[in-house]
Parts: sequence; structure tokens; C-alpha cells
Amino acid sequence: MTDDIAVINTAFGQVAASNTGAIGTSARRQGILRERIKPVSASTKGVPRWLRRASGPVLVVLVWHLASVTGLLPKEVLAGPATVVSSAANLIATGELQQAMWVSLMRALVGLAIGGSVGVTLALCAGLFRLGEDLIDATMQMLRTVPNVALIPLLIIWFGIGEAPKIALIALGTAFPLYLNVYAGIRNVDSTLIEAGRTLGLSRAALIWHVILPGALPNALVGLRYSLGIAWLALVFGEQINATAGIGYLMANAREFFQTDVIVVCLVVYALLGLAVDFTVRTLEKVLLSWRPAFNGT
Amino acid sequence: MATGVQWNLITPEQAREHQVQQRQVRGAQAVRVRGLTRRFGEREVLKDLDLDIAPGEFVALLGASGCGKSTLLRILANLDREISGTVDVAARRAVAFQAPRLMPWKKVWHNVVLGLPGRQDRTKAIAALEEVGIGHRADVWPKVLSGGEAQRASLARALVREPDLLLLDEPFAALDALTRIKAQSLVAELWQRHRCAVLLVTHDVEEAILLADRVLVMKDGVLAHEETIAMSRPRNVASAQFGRIRANLLGWLGVHQPH
Ligand SMILES: Nc1ncnc2c1ncn2[C@@H]1O[C@H](COP(=O)(O)OP(=O)(O)O)[C@@H](O)[C@H]1O
Ligand SMILES: [Mg+2]
Repeated sequence: MTDDIAVINTAFGQVAASNTGAIGTSARRQGILRERIKPVSASTKGVPRWLRRASGPVLVVLVWHLASVTGLLPKEVLAGPATVVSSAANLIATGELQQAMWVSLMRALVGLAIGGSVGVTLALCAGLFRLGEDLIDATMQMLRTVPNVALIPLLIIWFGIGEAPKIALIALGTAFPLYLNVYAGIRNVDSTLIEAGRTLGLSRAALIWHVILPGALPNALVGLRYSLGIAWLALVFGEQINATAGIGYLMANAREFFQTDVIVVCLVVYALLGLAVDFTVRTLEKVLLSWRPAFNGT
Repeated sequence: MATGVQWNLITPEQAREHQVQQRQVRGAQAVRVRGLTRRFGEREVLKDLDLDIAPGEFVALLGASGCGKSTLLRILANLDREISGTVDVAARRAVAFQAPRLMPWKKVWHNVVLGLPGRQDRTKAIAALEEVGIGHRADVWPKVLSGGEAQRASLARALVREPDLLLLDEPFAALDALTRIKAQSLVAELWQRHRCAVLLVTHDVEEAILLADRVLVMKDGVLAHEETIAMSRPRNVASAQFGRIRANLLGWLGVHQPH
């Protein structure tokens, strides 16, 4: 055996030697083309990253401000940033904005809670039990192709124009991404780990708890992200249905009176709420997925 | 979609039957296999195979890649039941695979005691990790372990169950040469202390001769050759007797060396 290795070694040695003879010497005569590898710390020197990232948005606001001050952008088309800030301050002072935000946030969260628990429950049934898969999966795959927004007329007929259709719309929208991702997560758990769990003597319930569910968690969180994105979209659509409170209501009112400043405030609030929720999920991922080799968020 | 997540439940009767089967083994051999046959489609990977392993005996199983070594080990580990023949195997058994197969979402010490009855006993886990020389890695995620450390953790997880039978499927194959030598002597040492029966699947002839009381060579689905290693431990790879055994086993594996 050791003899074999020796033979292989000399063979490689010969190849290497003949290589330097043919190409190496001519290259060496001309000097070898080199490049310097820059250390990471050197390449990020200069303007801090966050400052560079902030400069874009700041520039946009600046241009917007100049355009409205010079009258290039009429107030009826789009109010300037100064007006938007002052009307936001007004709305906050009267407490209108906080109340609207609260109502909208609650709608989104209640819808998500309902849709999410339905989606996750169905995914667990389909992922863990053969019978569940046969009954549920085909149905869910069929239903998921229906665009949620197309259901609004039906939802209004079924639930009227109160809170129910708005929440139902959000619930419908959020159930599917969670179902699909949790189900896929369960089905894709590393089968070698399941085997290992069985050799460790884990019962079926323990296997689900210690192996299958943690293994499906990364996918579940991806599903949660999608669901939150959709919850927001569904909220905006839902609040167009005759709202009497919430951001959508504020917007509808502003539209009646051509208050573009209030509309912009509402848009900004939608964006901020979305960012806040996204931040929450990111934090959740950081905490729950720190074990992942692929994860480098911390 | 055969990911193995969904599987058939064992009925209580089946489970009890299984326990009865396992109780019969007590006092006799750690492994007793008679007429074991395993087919994949038309192909018989194991053909009417017999195997006995005495309590505390260290058996190495050699064979060319794809000859059915892992198939046999998986059957002994009760991971594969589509078989014919009788298989009696110690109820307290543990397995270490070629890949460490630690749960990446559990800290190392949680991995070690996973599946043990009762509360998660940290001191027990630490003691097992100390024994394989990585007590200081108890509180890290498996992702930060080196290959050798992960394999040691996997050994600790197997040994903490105090098995009567330890099944090892090429546990050192993925390690670098230096780490492998250390891991081999660790296994020898652990076996001396625990005195459990061991079935070590390997394709490394030297490893088999170094560690085992008895070396089996598998070929065409049966155990074609058996070699009892009477050398005293620790064994010297350079000795003449070692060389003779190695040449003989390599011959059975179809490798013929000059001189
Ligand atoms: N699940 C399976 N389905 C079909 N063939 C398999 C399966 N598992 C193993 N085999 C076949 O059985 C033979 C023995 O495999 P294995 O026991 O893994 O070999 P090794 O001795 O290298 O461990 C191989 O030819 C392999 O292709
Ligand atoms: Mg194998």
C-alpha cells in the first residue's frame, strides 16, 4: 500500500518537473503577472457603509423638497416633504394617526394569526400523516392558484362590509405561504437525521418534536416572511372596502379632500409598519436559526 | 416523496412481539443472524447470511464498496425491516455513522443525551464528552465542530447509552489520516473500558486488523472469509504477522500485492 503511494508521488513529481521545464522558465523570464489581495478592512475604508446607503433616500427627499418649493411639483399632485411632516405632526397631535395605525396593525395581526394557524395546522397534518397529505395537499395546491384579491366580491357577499371581510382576506392570503413552506420544510427534513433519531430510541412524538419540527423551522420562517408581506398587501386592499377606521380610512378621507399630504403620510406609515414587522421576523430568525451553518447574521 | 418523514406506526402487539424477541437474546450472543436475505428489487444484496457476535467481542466487517456492509448494519440497527431470516440483536445498542448526524439545532451536549429516558442530564453528557476528549465543546453548536470533533461527539452520543452492542459504519472514513489514527486509538481505548460488542464496518484493512478480535470479509452477499486476530494489543502495523494477515485479507478482497 505504501509502495503504491510512493509510485503515485513520483509520478506527480515527474509531471510537475516537466511542467516547470516547458512553461515555467519562459514565464519566469518575463516576470510573473501578480495581483495583490486586498484585506477586507482596507476595502471598506472611507465613507461608512450606512452613510453611503442613507445618501440615496436623502437625495430623493431633497429633490422632492426642491421641486415643491420651486413650484415644479404642484401641491395638488404631491405635497412637499415639509407639508407632509407638518400634517403628520398634526395627525399625531390629535391622536388620529396612532389610532389608525393601531386598528390597521391589529387587523393585520389578527388576520395573520387566523390564517397562520390554519396554514400551519394543515401543513402539520399533511406533512406528518399520509392520510392528511392525501386529503389536504391536492386541495391546497388547487386553491393557492386563486388570486386572493379576486375573492373580495365573494368575501363582501359572505361577510358584509365590516371587519370580517378584511380579516378574512388577510387570513386567506397568509394561510397559503405558511402552508406551502411548512409542508415543504417537513417533507425535506434530512432523512439521515430522522434515522439517527430512530437509532437513539426517540418515540414518534419525540422525533417530531426534536427532529422534524426544528428541521422544518427555517422553511417555516421563510413562509412567515411571505405571509407578512401578503398580510400587508391584503390589508391595503381590504381597507379599501368601506373602512370606518384605520390607515385605509384615513387615506379614503384624504382622497375625498385631495389632501395629498395625508395620503403620503399614510403611505409612509404603511412602509414603516412593514419595515417594523420585517425587522421582527429578522430578529426571530437570528434567535431561532443561530444553529444554521448557512446563517451568518450574527 | 420518500423522505422518510411519514412512516407506518407499529401496533402495540408488534411492539410487544419485538420486545419478546429482544428478551430472548439476553444472556446469549449480542448478535445472532440466521439466513438473512435482503433484496433490492430482483437483486439479492444479502444472501442467506449468518452472523454471530459474542458479548464484548470486537468484530470488523470488510468488503468492497457496494457489497452490502451498510445494508447489514442498517438491518442490525432496526432501520430496515424488509428482510427475510431471523435477526436477534441486543436491545441496548447504539450506532455511529460515517457522517456524525448530529442534530444541528441542538447544542452538542443536548445531542449527546437526546433520546435518553428522563430529564436531560447535563453532567452525564459532559462526562461522556470528557471521555472522548471534547468536554470543552459541550455548549457549542455542532456547526462549529471540526470533522474529528463531530465524530467524537457522535461516539459520545452512542456510548452514553451504555450499549451492549455498538454498530459503527465507517466512522473514520471521512477523517484525515492523522485524525483517523487518533480516533482509532480512542475507539480501542473506549472498547477496553466499556467492553461492549462492536461491529465495525470499514474498508480499511489495517484499521480492521488493528482493532478487531475477528475480521469478516463480505463478498457477493455472504461472509466469505473469517479471520481471528490472535495478536496481543496494542498491535504493531510493522510486524511480520500483521503483514501476513493483511496480505491474506487483501487477497480475499481481490487485491494482490507484489512480494
Ligand atoms: N435503498 C436502496 N435501494 C436500492 N438499492 C440499494 C439501496 N440501498 C443500498 N442499495 C444497494 O445495495 C448495495 C449495497 O449497498 P451498501 O450496503 O450501502 O454497500 P456498502 O458495502 O458500500 O456499505 C449497493 O449496490 C446499493 O446500490
Ligand atoms: Mg457503506
